[in-house]
Amino acid sequence: MPSTAKARIADIEQRLLLDAIYHRYHYDFREYAQASLKRRLQSALTQFGCKTLSQLQDRVLHDPPVFTALLQFLTVQVSDMFRDPEYFLALRNEVLPILRTYPSIKVWVAGCSAGEEVYSLAILLAEEGLLERAMIYATDINPHALRAAEQGIFDMDRVAAFSANHARSGGRSSLSDYYTARYGRVVFDKRLREHMVFSDHSLATDSVFAEVHLISCRNVLIYFERDLQSRALGLFHDALVHRGFLGLGSRESLRFSSQAGNFDDFVLDDRIYRKKAGR
Amino acid sequence: MTAAASVSRMPAAASPWEAIVIGGSSGAIDALNTLLPALPADLDAAVIVVLHLVRDRRSLLVDIFRERCALTVQEAEDQLPIRPGHLYFAPPDYHLLVDQGPRLALSVGEPVYFSRPSIDVLFESAADGYGEKLLGVLLSGANGDGAAGLAAIHAAGGRTVVQAPSSAAMPVMPQAALARQPAHEVLTPGEIATLFAQLRTPRLP
Repeated sequence: MPSTAKARIADIEQRLLLDAIYHRYHYDFREYAQASLKRRLQSALTQFGCKTLSQLQDRVLHDPPVFTALLQFLTVQVSDMFRDPEYFLALRNEVLPILRTYPSIKVWVAGCSAGEEVYSLAILLAEEGLLERAMIYATDINPHALRAAEQGIFDMDRVAAFSANHARSGGRSSLSDYYTARYGRVVFDKRLREHMVFSDHSLATDSVFAEVHLISCRNVLIYFERDLQSRALGLFHDALVHRGFLGLGSRESLRFSSQAGNFDDFVLDDRIYRKKAGR
Repeated sequence: MTAAASVSRMPAAASPWEAIVIGGSSGAIDALNTLLPALPADLDAAVIVVLHLVRDRRSLLVDIFRERCALTVQEAEDQLPIRPGHLYFAPPDYHLLVDQGPRLALSVGEPVYFSRPSIDVLFESAADGYGEKLLGVLLSGANGDGAAGLAAIHAAGGRTVVQAPSSAAMPVMPQAALARQPAHEVLTPGEIATLFAQLRTPRLP
């Protein structure tokens, strides 16, 4: 069979698998960026010992634990604490001075994965003396990731990189002030977790659940096709207070979205946007 | 060398490629210095480049090659439509993929061969998107990234070129690609530049 025909069949199988997942489990990956999804599905095939996505579809439909395992492949994200330190520096210097004027501060980390960004923001707020009146809503579609995030446990061998990033983000303290190390892992303090709420939420199928002052959603939209990106950005617009802030990943932008007109550039270099007045 | 002979036989008015993907690691910048200035300003294809880089916020590649290349040189961004006559560099610390459209897409998936961006990730997605309308070029480098990707381009019917290991500062990457698929053409940077220079092919009216 010519390889192009094989590639087209694989595309058909991928669409059918995503349809099957949606109808059976109500997780909607149909508007995810297909190239990246395809790559992750290919590694899933190896993992599950399936030759084709059709074979995988059969198992996913009839064996729920297979879907639970597949979800790790479909949603797993790799992040670091204080990834892109300049972003956190810009939040510290430009955004928090404005949020400081509110009696209480609500932050939404959309697509929090294993929680690296949630703990980074909590530490940032603590250093700026704002954690006591802050609440961070951390959401993801992957229950396994949410449980991990809630525990706040990370491998010790990642911490040196986290600390270096933290220092470059303008950190006013030592990262080690916020965790205890044991058995090759670090556990972040309960006093940080007291200001976090973790919950299951899908940017593809759920609606707004709270009014917030800052949304941080970095390197999540890159996994979405353009229409789904616009849906998510629409949710963010609805969730933000008047003149609230939105932070995206360093190579994401509002430029190609139908929501572009609803936000002003705030710190464009660090992809921080602000909800337009009167919208 | 037979491969070089096939280059000189290339008809000057044939550009069957919609895109050229280039990958490399240690020693590849030297090769790019020879290749990229040879690309004609009216190239009817897009060029997408992944180099292994230190994880830093900003890549200097765009600044370096903007002056030396006739194409519009820019850093890849998520959702950017891929346009002929443009050259895109993968940003540091993201995988770069070709998605439907064709558009550029980014991911922060696991590093491949300890690298993000990975050459395999770009090449495999481009092979999928462009099929036989793709030219893949793998340059100097010190690991096996790109071998699977170049083989995927070959399997999809695209044209595949590796830098002659003898001309590479780090021959491991070209050698790994040839070990996996011996049918790739083997060319020096000068010969690849000649191939590129012959790509001046505005579509017939």
